[in-house]
This record gives sequence, structure tokens and C-alpha cells, in this order.
Amino acid sequence: MGRGTRVAVVARADEIGPGERKLVTVGGRSIGVFNVGGEYYALRNRCPHQGGPLCDGFQFASLRARAPGEPYTRGGDGEIIRCPWHGWEFEIRTGRSWFDPERTRVRSYRARVLAGAALDSEETVTELQAETYPARRDGDYVVVELDR
Amino acid sequence: MIDCDVHNVVGPVQTLEPYLDSHWREVLEKSQFAGPTDQAHPPNLATSLRDDLPPVAGQAAGRTVQALREHVLDPLGTELAILGCDYGVESVRNPDAAAALAAAVNDWQLDRWLEPEPRLRAAIVVPSQQPAAAVAEIERRAGDPRFVAVYLPVRSAVPYGNRQWWPLWEAIARHELVAELHFGGSAGVPPTASGWPSSWLEEYVDMPSAFASQLTSLVAEGAFDRFEGLRVSLIESGFGWLPAFLWRFDKGWRGLRREIPWTRRQPSEYVRDHVRVSLQPVDGPPDPVQLERVIDQLGSDRMLMFSTDYPHRHIAEELDAVPAGLAPPLAQRLLDTNAREHYRL
Amino acid sequence: MSVRTRTETIDCDIHNAPRSEQALLEYMPARWRAARAAGGRLEAAVEARRETLGDRSYLGGEYPRATPRAARTDAWPPSGDPPASDLEFMREQLLDRYDLRYGVLTPMLGAGEQLDLERGAALASAINDWQAAEWLEPEPRLRASINVAYEDGPLAAREIHRMASDPRFVQVLLLIRTAEPLGRRKYWPIYEAAVDHGLPVGIHFGGWSRGPITGVGYGSYYIEDTVGMATAFADQLTSLVCEGVFDRYRELRIVLIEGGIAWLAPLMWRLDRAFALLGAEAPSLSAPPSELIREHVWLTTQPIDEPPRAADFDALLHDLGMNERIMFATDYPHWDFDAPDRALPAGLDPDVRERIMAGNARSLYRLDG
Repeated sequence: MGRGTRVAVVARADEIGPGERKLVTVGGRSIGVFNVGGEYYALRNRCPHQGGPLCDGFQFASLRARAPGEPYTRGGDGEIIRCPWHGWEFEIRTGRSWFDPERTRVRSYRARVLAGAALDSEETVTELQAETYPARRDGDYVVVELDR
Repeated sequence: MIDCDVHNVVGPVQTLEPYLDSHWREVLEKSQFAGPTDQAHPPNLATSLRDDLPPVAGQAAGRTVQALREHVLDPLGTELAILGCDYGVESVRNPDAAAALAAAVNDWQLDRWLEPEPRLRAAIVVPSQQPAAAVAEIERRAGDPRFVAVYLPVRSAVPYGNRQWWPLWEAIARHELVAELHFGGSAGVPPTASGWPSSWLEEYVDMPSAFASQLTSLVAEGAFDRFEGLRVSLIESGFGWLPAFLWRFDKGWRGLRREIPWTRRQPSEYVRDHVRVSLQPVDGPPDPVQLERVIDQLGSDRMLMFSTDYPHRHIAEELDAVPAGLAPPLAQRLLDTNAREHYRL
Repeated sequence: MSVRTRTETIDCDIHNAPRSEQALLEYMPARWRAARAAGGRLEAAVEARRETLGDRSYLGGEYPRATPRAARTDAWPPSGDPPASDLEFMREQLLDRYDLRYGVLTPMLGAGEQLDLERGAALASAINDWQAAEWLEPEPRLRASINVAYEDGPLAAREIHRMASDPRFVQVLLLIRTAEPLGRRKYWPIYEAAVDHGLPVGIHFGGWSRGPITGVGYGSYYIEDTVGMATAFADQLTSLVCEGVFDRYRELRIVLIEGGIAWLAPLMWRLDRAFALLGAEAPSLSAPPSELIREHVWLTTQPIDEPPRAADFDALLHDLGMNERIMFATDYPHWDFDAPDRALPAGLDPDVRERIMAGNARSLYRLDG
């Protein structure tokens, strides 16, 4: 995390368990923060299609099949978020859509865990934390980087 | 120039007698069974027979190879033409009778059309309502390179993508034949999602719905994923409806592809890669500029293949073999290259 | 939170639903309540209606769909009641959020699909009374559609006559998949009654023919069901035209709801060409099919067609030539909802946008203000 990176503290780390998510508002933007397989990811809660609340959608395993009649191959549970309007699928790790991963994406943000003690010492932690989550020195926190 | 849709008309079932065994000849004689009724082209309709074609040696257009030569092949300078015999064996419920009639039609095609006229190729007529029997007929004919396709009436009782048809697609793919979905068919089920229309006019107008349903089925069921290299022709489907249909299908797929996870590309991409469409009937807008735009919306200059649909008629005006307004490179593809590549002629 | 829309918006397709089947049964005569009670499943959702005594429809065409009740997954009210069953939540999520001037209710609760036609008629009446009491009374922005048991013309006409005096009911509602093509004589009493009262007839996505969902049998997947609906619209409109319905009922106005719009210009090209050749089969037609369609037919936008090139959207409007007839709809709360602020292309001509978003519906449904 270099100088000039703005981060927001959005949750205690134990607050978003594996497979869970939390919707937060940071700087006026609605963002979904996901724990997929123990890692944290954050996506803009706005589908690039018609602006639907993407992060309100159901989560799924990614799904492939080589051909009909052959096994359905499932990826990790919950690694796909599907917009509640129109069903477009996005990979939570990258924000890429399933059907057009190069050109159709949702804004994604880096999310990670910081120790509470580290929050104080990180000079790049900004005033944004106040409006999002009252961090304390103890425990671990999920932070979302707003610029990258 | 390649004409991908000309018709050889069987006419009365007695035409097939020389090609049936003694059992089925006896059945025809004793039962007076008249064979399939031609529901796609009732004889007295304006669409069924061009009235500008005089009989040749006492035979109506479409009935003899001589008439076909004089009406189409010679005047147009056709290099190759592909016969699509729309004898409706799918309407015959007795499975052995249907299979026997299909085999007889193919023998008749060989004897009366392919042998005497080297410019002709043909689609194999199969009892399409029975996948196993259809496969057997394909196996019987596929060794003859003059059979380049399999004729499937676009109206079926179950959509062709359904897994019950997989043996048929497997045989078509293995023999590197083209599957021709052809206007018409008498599958015994209502031809719309809302029952039987009152008039043949409606059935005629409704036919693209059957083509759209079949394309939807083939893509959704993963026929093109399972049988790589599969080639499908839409014959007499029209194409004015195709861009709007593909927009809708692509849109639906973006949200629902999870239900059919074997599909890896937008439906329109499968269609552009695997499907070709016969030119006639041109059912697009009358204005040539608009028509050119519709052709452009197909998204590929490889989609359309020239056809006359001899001896049928689809437009009231004088026939223009190729619609006005087609740019020369597209015209060349349409007249020749697209069919040559698709059928590997 | 409300969304800024640039133009006034009227939503022509909102699917309100009862909180439970019981909520609707309360509006039905004792005979049907008793039949239902005997079935012993009073708590079952309407979705499960086919399991219940007295309620028989749509047998043998089941598809797992994308979402429960085909609804937006964010459309479930906090109460846990079904989507679009809670007026307060509908206000929040739709009426207020998009500042709708009016919304037209189009409940799809199976009245026309009942195999028992009398039950269908009773259900239709219940739906209409329920709409009046629980939706139109408390919410002045809403208008409603008269549900009818449309497979029986006289029964349907009776219900139209019963409801037509309430000006908040602005159209009759049929579904696009019916037992027979909609131009056939059995449906004429519906058109006659609608014309008598100056009501348009809306025909909505869905329904059941009593047979396969396409003209070539049952598809295997829901995507075939939903994508294929455009073909049902094309075939039904073809029937209405060719059977001379527009010549017989010259004041009839048909609204095709949830069919999208791009399929219609190609159908008109094809119909006109076919009519020129085969018109002897439709001797009653007073004009080429495209003229009759442009005179008698309205369309709603959703699911909005999305050609990959922006110019093709303008082209399809041009080909249609029906800018006075296209009306915006959301299809709330269904999963293929179109958002008022995002559905139409950004570059659309402002006058055309205004007509589509509100003006055309205002004229057709005679909405004030």
C-alpha cells in the first residue's frame, strides 16, 4: 500500500465469513465486499448493463461443461456473482463477466485484511475510515483500496 | 453458380413403385394408400408452382429432370444444383412404411435425377420422425458423394436439438453431410405455440417461427459443441427475421447461459459459424437499401447461398434471381462461394 | 433513493401478486374456497397452485428457471412476502424510485389457463376485485388490467362488462400462448366486448396452449421458453391479421406486452409479401397487413432489444415506423426487468423518447395530466 492510496475500513475481518458478503457505502459508492474461500474481494454494486444492484445477486460456483451430456464442472463455491436483473455472471475475483470477460466488467477494488494496530501506523489510511467503520486497535479489519 | 434449393417432385406414390419391394407394392395396391400428403406445398397454391413455367414433354415443372434442365439449369447456367425432395415421409406413422418410402425416394433420386444429370446433387430423404431408421438410411446413402446433405423438415414433433436426435446428428457429422432444415413438414403437432391456424397463408407466414425454434434448440442443446464441424442449412426459411432473432437469443444467453454451460460463445456466433441460409424466399424489406442493411445485420457475408427454390414461387412480382442492391463481392459469395464451401462441392 | 429519469415515465407492465393464495381466495365465491379448503393446502403459494384441488392448468412443461418466481432476486420485500405483493415495497423499489407517473398492473395469476373454465372465470373476477380493493384504492398512480378466462369468449366478455365501468381498469388482459390462434372465432366475443367499452386488449408474454410451447415441440431449457416467446407473438399477430379481426372490429386496439419490438418489422415484410401472393385466403382484409398492424397494434419495449450496434436500434425503429405505438414497460418484478433510466439507448431522439416513455401510453390508456 503506497503513499496516495486511499483505503476504507469496511468491516471487522471476522464479520464476513467464507461465502459471506457485506454491502457498504464508501465515498457515496455502493460496494459489495466478498469473502470467497478466505480471500476478500470488492466489487462496485452496479451492473454495467442496466445499473442493477449486482452485489445483491445470488452467488454461484462457476460452471462449465465440455459438451452436453458430459459432466457439469463446478469451480469454487460462490466465486460467481449473478446480477439480480438479467442474470449476467461476473467473476468476483476479477470483476470480469463470464460472457465477455475482456470488454464487459464491473469495477473491482483490492480488498485485504489489516491488523487494527497497523491501521494507525499506516499513514495512507484516510479520513474515509470514519464514515465507514469505527476501527479500533485490536483485531483485524477488511480494507478496500479505492484507487489503484 | 450453385443453386442450393431446387425441388424434384415425386407426385403420385405410384412414381415410387419401381423402387419398393413386393410387400410395399402390395400394400399400396390393396390399401390404395396415397402416400404422404404434401402439406407444405398444396398443389393449387400460388406458392407451389411458378405459373410462368410451361410443362415440358407433358410434365409439370419439378416433375422431370428434363423440365428442371429447361426451366432452370440451362437458362441460368447453373454449375451445380442441390435437390431437396420434400416428399413428406415424416407424416407417415407406420415406421416401416415411412422407412420404405424414404428409401424408395432416394433410389428414385439416384435413378431419375442424379444418374442422368451430372450437375445435380441431392439431400438424403430420411424418416426423420424415427432417429434410428433415419440413421440407417443415411448409412445406406452416405457412400455416394452425390448425396451431400440430409433433408429434415423444419417442423418436427420434438425440436432437433433434443438428445433423442443425437444418433442422427452423429451420423450426419461422421459422414460430413450438411443437415438441411427445410420449409414445411407434417409432424402431426400444431405448427404454432398456440394451435393450428385456419389458413395456409398463416402457416406460410409462421414458418420462420419453426426455424427460430429449431435454431434455438440446436444451440441451446449444444449440438454444435457436441458435434464439431456440424453444418446446417436453413432452406426456404427467409432471412428477414434472423437478425432480430439473434439479438434476442444473444441477449437471453448473456443472462441464462448458466443453464446450458456447454455453450461458450454467443448464439449468433454459433449460427454464423455453422449455419447458412438459402436466398429464396427473400422476405426482407422491399426497399433495396433497407434490404442491404438487413443482409449486413446478418453479420457475415458468408450466410446467404443462392437458390431458386424451383418450382416454388414466393413473390408476386416477376422473379429476380438475385435481389437488386447486392454489392459484387457479396454477390459472388452468394452466388457461388458460400454454398461451395458449406457443402464442400 | 430515487433515480433521476430525464423524461416522465409510465410503466405499462407491472406484475402485482397476492401475498398468498389465501389472500386471493378471499375474493372467490364460497364454492371455490371450499374446494380449495378440501385440498388442505391453504398456505401453499400461488406458484404451487397446480398441486391443489380445483386448480388445474399447465401440466407437463416444467423448467427450472433462473430465479424463484422468475423475479429479480432483490425484489423480495423485507417481510419475506412474494415479489410485488407488498405495495409499500413496490412504491419504494419502483413507483417512487423511478418517479413513475402511472403504472399499469398486469397480474399473471393463471385465470386464463385454467382447464376448468368456470373456475378460471371465478379466479379472474377475484383477481379483478382484489386489484381494485388492494391496489387501485390505496395507490392512485396505478391502473389495472381486466383478467379474463379467455378460452371461453362469452365468460370473458361477461367479466369485461362487469369491470368496464371502473375507469381505473384500462385494458383487457390475455396471454400470448392460447389454446387456439387468437384470430379464431372463439375469441371474438372478447374483442367485441373490449371495443364496446373502448378498452384496448393487452396480450402478454406467457400462457399455455395445452400443448408444446413451440410449433416444433417442447424445448429442453428455460432459455428456449423465454427466447421463443417472440415467435408466439409473431404467429398470434399473423392470426389476428389474417382472420380479419381488424377488419371486423375496426376500433380494436391490441397491445403486445413483453414481446420486445424488433421482431415486428420483419413480420410485416413477410406478411405483406405473402398477402400479395396468397391474399385469396384472407379475402376480408381491407388493406395490406402492415397497414392494419400500424393502425391497430401497440407494443411495449421490454425486454428491450439490444442489437450490438447502436445504429441498428435506430434502424429498427425506422423499419417499424411505429414511434406513436411503442410504450415503455419494466416488467417489474421479473428478472428481465428494464430500468426506466437505462433501457432505451442514450442517443435516442428526445421526442421519440418522450413518446415511448409516457406519451404513447398516456394517449392509448387515456391517462390524465
